[in-house]
Amino acid sequence: MALSIPYLLSIITFLPLLGAVVVMLVPGDGAKKWLALATTLITFVVSLLLWTNWQEGQAGMQFVEDAVWFAPLGIRYALGVDGISLFLVLLTTFLMPIAVYFSILYVDKKIGPYMALMLLLETAMIGVFLALDLVLFFVFFEASLIPMYFLIGEWGGKNRVYAAVKFFLYTFAGSALMVVAILIVYYSTGTFDIMKLQSTVIPPAVQTWAFLAFALAFAVKTPLFPFHTWLPDAHVQAPTAGSIILAGVLLKMGTYGYLRLAMPVFPQAAEQFGPLLAILACVGILYGALVALMQKDIKSLVAYSSVAHLGYVMLGVIAMNAQGVSGSVLQMVNHGLSTGALFLMVGLLYERRHTRMLDDFGGLWASVPVYTGLFLVVAMSSAGLPGLNGFVGEFTIMLGTYEYMPIFAVLAAAGVILAAWYLLTAFRKMAQGPITNPANDSSNLKDLNIKELIMVVPLVLLFFVIGLFPNLFFDKINPSVEAMLETRTAVMQAATAEQMPALQLAEIVVTEAK
Amino acid sequence: MSSAAMELNLNAVLPELVMVVAAAVVMLVDILNRGGRSVTRPFLPWVALAGVAVTAGVSIWLLGEPVSIFQGMLITDGRSLALNLVTLTGAALAILLSIRYIPAVNNQTGEYYALILLITSGMMVMGAALDLMVVFLGLEIFSMGLYILAGLKRSDLRSNEAAMKYFLLGAFASAFFVYGVAFVYGATGSTQFDAIAAAQAAGTADLSFLYVGIALLIAGFGFKVSLVPFHMWTPDVYQGAPTPVTAFMSIGTKAGAFAAFYRFFVTGVPDAQPVWGWALAILAVLTMTLGNLAALRQTSLKRLLAYSSIAHAGYILVGLATATPAAIDGALYYLISYAFMNMGAFAIVILLERQGEMDALSNRLAGLSKTHPQLALVMSVFMFSLAGVPPFAGFFAKFFVFAAAVEGGWSWLAAIAMLNSAIGAYYYLRIVVSMYFDEPTAETLTESPNYSLPITVTLGIAAVFTIALGVLPSLWTNLVETGVMGTLALR
Repeated sequence: MALSIPYLLSIITFLPLLGAVVVMLVPGDGAKKWLALATTLITFVVSLLLWTNWQEGQAGMQFVEDAVWFAPLGIRYALGVDGISLFLVLLTTFLMPIAVYFSILYVDKKIGPYMALMLLLETAMIGVFLALDLVLFFVFFEASLIPMYFLIGEWGGKNRVYAAVKFFLYTFAGSALMVVAILIVYYSTGTFDIMKLQSTVIPPAVQTWAFLAFALAFAVKTPLFPFHTWLPDAHVQAPTAGSIILAGVLLKMGTYGYLRLAMPVFPQAAEQFGPLLAILACVGILYGALVALMQKDIKSLVAYSSVAHLGYVMLGVIAMNAQGVSGSVLQMVNHGLSTGALFLMVGLLYERRHTRMLDDFGGLWASVPVYTGLFLVVAMSSAGLPGLNGFVGEFTIMLGTYEYMPIFAVLAAAGVILAAWYLLTAFRKMAQGPITNPANDSSNLKDLNIKELIMVVPLVLLFFVIGLFPNLFFDKINPSVEAMLETRTAVMQAATAEQMPALQLAEIVVTEAK
Repeated sequence: MSSAAMELNLNAVLPELVMVVAAAVVMLVDILNRGGRSVTRPFLPWVALAGVAVTAGVSIWLLGEPVSIFQGMLITDGRSLALNLVTLTGAALAILLSIRYIPAVNNQTGEYYALILLITSGMMVMGAALDLMVVFLGLEIFSMGLYILAGLKRSDLRSNEAAMKYFLLGAFASAFFVYGVAFVYGATGSTQFDAIAAAQAAGTADLSFLYVGIALLIAGFGFKVSLVPFHMWTPDVYQGAPTPVTAFMSIGTKAGAFAAFYRFFVTGVPDAQPVWGWALAILAVLTMTLGNLAALRQTSLKRLLAYSSIAHAGYILVGLATATPAAIDGALYYLISYAFMNMGAFAIVILLERQGEMDALSNRLAGLSKTHPQLALVMSVFMFSLAGVPPFAGFFAKFFVFAAAVEGGWSWLAAIAMLNSAIGAYYYLRIVVSMYFDEPTAETLTESPNYSLPITVTLGIAAVFTIALGVLPSLWTNLVETGVMGTLALR
């Protein structure tokens, strides 16, 4: 092992919280801004230690921390990271400085509370991906609502209060039943330990109800059709940095929840309801894409495209085979980067023109070529052009889905075509043709400056890195995914074998599998 | 249970004794300082606070071996002492809130603080009672005091109405309760919990009489903790009583009555659980749902908190339907969390009240974040906590109570309770929306006539503990654990 840093995961999780406290205490807007940026940058750098100190090929949790949190119920403060969560953590720490820097450039209303909330949000998001205890997971999962609620409600667009309240109540109500499910699972297995639950046989009756409750909570968060209606409101109304984080990271909590909890912990129920979820995912892909096609506001176009894109991630997760799941993990990161970048580009344009209507643009190629070129790359990454990141993830998911049920792969492929269609349509309306509106003239519209390029270029570079060298990532993702799937198969076999006490058998099979 | 009942170990009633002595001291100090120029006697609340502090110290010191007294009619064990800490927290914060408030309402402050202490002692008796007659004693001690305090503002019609209503309906409820005690005695030949349980176990109890008795007791208890359909008085009394009294009532009454309620059902009539379990489950569903739905429509903050307190009584009742020891510990956690977050919320209401009024409309909060950012911030903490959002105390409170429900096989009840907390989130959130996203209007609080340093202190304590209990739930359980481990009266 390379040099080991004690409490590395706790440090990554709570550095932003510390930063939030400091930001609230220091006087002066300038100091607050730069302290917030410094916090996110330091957090990012520290989180890179996960990458450099990674134990290649190891499937299990790394950098594990485990302490008693609440003894009477066996609730633990347990953190760990494996190939599945590693890149989601890195995605979070990578997107945060960009979002914060964007806010430094363009947000001037009450910057102190704004930055503190952004940092609190970062702590909650990282916590969700690192938690190994169900209760701890839930606490972070719910705690993320509060900062996001204020970010939308205070710094959002015209309809922000409605969007904020809808966002909060939808997700809060969605996860209400999950609390009961968590308790039911605890009393039928005696543990809140997520990894232990994955290798435990849970009675079928418990599985069904618990799975439905978990699935509902994560379906709202993801969002899966028909629970998606809060998303367009929240996205369109949120401030740009909020949208970047909401689309980039927050939605992943839902798919991550499926991947880490709902699907592997309740394998039988998951298999039973898999086709239903897959249908919903496909409806989401097609519906999201078609609605996106109709949008006149670029931001709501991107919002609906998220509904469609998360559908792919869901398909891979539902397939529960190696390609599907690995593809989904990578696609979560891809969607975070691509959609985050799309919201960033839309935000940059909005700050110049104070409109997001497609009809107000046209001919941007001529006036702002750098912006337009980068926008095209971002759009193509989102559409899944080979050579860029989106393609790798979607293609792998398709393989997995085809292996699961070919029909869903066919439907998903149709969604890919639609995605190219609405993104290119949007691009055509914005960038091509003659300049009809003098406000789009090169004399009135400034191209990206250095400060803005600093935010966009790293994202675009990552598109190429992932698109051209996907194995850099798959090498870390795959062992964990395979181990999870093996455990799952073993548990399912144990559940069907009736001779031996189910729990013991599961443990035997699991140890053999390893 | 200890059979050496002959030797009187006064440790078992030491907290209550200290409290009563403190009340007497407050009255004496009051009388000795009448006349002259110190009409307001500003040191009285501090004397009362000292009494509360000593009692809390005694309670913590006594944690350890359970001791019973008076032939097993009273016990001091982990749970009764934990309950003492809950009621004492409520009393201490209520006294802090009263320091500036009460002299403006009624200048008999000596009686006021003495009554607060006596009421607290009654609540503590309820937590320690192992006999229905002792429960009744405690119930009446604290009810009498609260009838007086509700009508403290004699010039105010609402306050008079509150006192009258509370007294009349409370007298009815007491009658139900005593009648229930009579039935239970008739059915089992005893009013003592363990003897009642033994009679059922031996099969000598007349079950139909016993069930009638239990039903009447539920009505009596139900009135005190405002379960639907015995809740009618709550909004009017909450609104009419002076706000520190309301705040104290919302915590202390619930704490005392629930403690006795739990102990009676778990240790006195465990064999009848299949019957009363269902009755309480249905009451819990009605209470939560009606409380939350009615709260959605309130504009008066005190009425809103009244209905919210009805809903919270429903949540606590969820654990009782299962009647396991874990449910009792969950309920205690709920009560201590509720004490901090609700006291905090009422402290804000006090600051929002206009000169001479004893209630505030929710439009006083509009845009509060712009005029009083700190107040808005702590109020948000209380609202999110009341809604049950982590990482605040209200989340673990619900989690522990509902855990007991799920453990006892009442998952559906826990599910209804969680859905209810999602409804509840709406009206708590509405307050946050109003504070943060509305613009200040002419109605918005500018300068509070009730502002005083002790209120700031109360807000600080309430906010710190609302967060601390949400992040480190073992703070509380470690404190009372020694006692809970050694609890005698539970099998």
